[in-house]
Amino acid sequence: MDKKELIQLKNKATELRLNALKMIHTAQSGHPGGALSVADFTAACYFKFMRVDPANPRDASRDRFVLSKGHACPAQYAALAMRGFIPPEALDTLRKEGSMLQGHPSMNRCPGIDISTGSLGQGIACGVGMALAAKLDGRDYNVYVAVGDGECQEGEIWEAAQTAHKYKLDNLILFVDNNNLQLDGTTDEVMPNIDLGKKFEAFGFDKYEIDGNDMAQVAAAIELALAVKNGRPKCLYAHTVKGKGVSYMENRCGWHGVAPNDAEYEQAVNELKAQLIAEV
Amino acid sequence: MEKKKIATRDGFGEAIVELGKANRDVLVVDIDIGKSCKTGAFRKELPEQYINVGIAEQNGAGVAAGLASCGKTPFVVTYAAFGSMRICEMIRQEICYPNLNVKIACSHGGLTPANDGASHQCIEDMGILRTLPNMTVIMPADYTAAKALVHAAGEKYGPMYLRFTRDAVPQIYDEGEAFEIGKAKMLREGGDVAIIANGDTVCLALEAADILAESGIKARVLDMHTVKPLDIDAVTACIDEIGRIVTVEDHNILNGLGSAVADVVAESGKAKMKRIGVQDCFGQSAPYERLLAMNGITAANIAAEAEALLK
Repeated sequence: MDKKELIQLKNKATELRLNALKMIHTAQSGHPGGALSVADFTAACYFKFMRVDPANPRDASRDRFVLSKGHACPAQYAALAMRGFIPPEALDTLRKEGSMLQGHPSMNRCPGIDISTGSLGQGIACGVGMALAAKLDGRDYNVYVAVGDGECQEGEIWEAAQTAHKYKLDNLILFVDNNNLQLDGTTDEVMPNIDLGKKFEAFGFDKYEIDGNDMAQVAAAIELALAVKNGRPKCLYAHTVKGKGVSYMENRCGWHGVAPNDAEYEQAVNELKAQLIAEV
Repeated sequence: MEKKKIATRDGFGEAIVELGKANRDVLVVDIDIGKSCKTGAFRKELPEQYINVGIAEQNGAGVAAGLASCGKTPFVVTYAAFGSMRICEMIRQEICYPNLNVKIACSHGGLTPANDGASHQCIEDMGILRTLPNMTVIMPADYTAAKALVHAAGEKYGPMYLRFTRDAVPQIYDEGEAFEIGKAKMLREGGDVAIIANGDTVCLALEAADILAESGIKARVLDMHTVKPLDIDAVTACIDEIGRIVTVEDHNILNGLGSAVADVVAESGKAKMKRIGVQDCFGQSAPYERLLAMNGITAANIAAEAEALLK
């Protein structure tokens, strides 16, 4: 990836953050912290790697994106709007009655959502089913799954990991959003995860340990994961910052599920806009 | 004459092979109790359509949802206790809410895993699952019905829960009998009392009708194989034409077939009814017939309760 493309991709991630925060601020409800930590991976998927067609969102050969940490959906909704799956005006309707943008993703309401999520721990299993369907049908699509580190306390995560290994799902790319915060505190306080990278490795995944908010590292790891078709599922063990990009939200547990007020929002917008890089 | 007895799980095991051969998108997702749930033939004959996720029910439901989202028709196969309760929230979240075409096919429904005891008997499942939007809930009465209803389930879109017996139950239907999901079968016509049963209690309802006939009481017997969507027309006909209904089920007396029928009866304000079923208590390891008898699920008691409604 050349420098120009990297800058474009970084700017997409910043735009995505701006859109996610705009949605949450307009709704005065939602989860900014986790949306911001997963923003770089989401942007990399939707603006560089995923084979998707907004005109045909249910195309059988498309790549899939499963947001297992469904509460971070403003990040995915922003990407869907920026890619043309949903109209930009829809972003003003997050969490409103009748909206395609439910508080947690609903596949039958929102084009581009590949599976409904929101109850933690279930997305990897669904992603495994999708990746397995590709193998059964001889299709070459990939399945991207984003899972939270707190979420990895759910047992079903590990049941699904076993299955990904058994069925040699090298078309499954798992992003572990290791921001070390969950609703009630740090993961170390609530339930120490020890080393999730080692855990997934022990479950038969190829592991790529990266800074999950460094676009160059995220993109390089996905590129590598896609290139290595060795029958092993891929884990991007990504160290991230919850609330990344907005100074007062970064690493603050309190911003898990709270919307910014007008003054806070203005500050966030200013900070994020300052992060946009002039394209040469 | 003693009727031939076959477990309804055997009907499932045969029908799923036929379905899988006719439609290559039909898959079995086993959870390490395939041998007991009768998927052995499917595994042998259709290995490319066979998945075993190990002893991991929650994952089985999620994997099935993912497969269904890609156009497959997976049957998640396990025991009723696990297929309804251990994975209840996965069924709700990943199958019913997105309305995906996943079938949960469970052996060991009701008290039929008699010797296994309360941990493996399942008396709560149909009540729990019928409260989930988009879900269809079915319990066939015999081997023939099981085969036919598995075929019907495979051909109809949507989340479904199918419940089979571990133990053998008497044959009621002739081979080739037609079944429609959501349409009750009238097995006996009569105008004095209606007995609405399903699953392994349908044969007891028929015996009870014979007992009543000896006293000149004509009972209508319905096989309500689909608890949801309930055949409201058939229940309404019993209310309007007879006004006296006994329900019978191998399930907790709470929230199952009896409760579903009672919803219709209560809103009509017109009929008397009596529910027969498991008395809101856990079972134990014991002979199947004894377990039924402990809960009053016998032909004699059904007949007695029906007669009481006539007084």
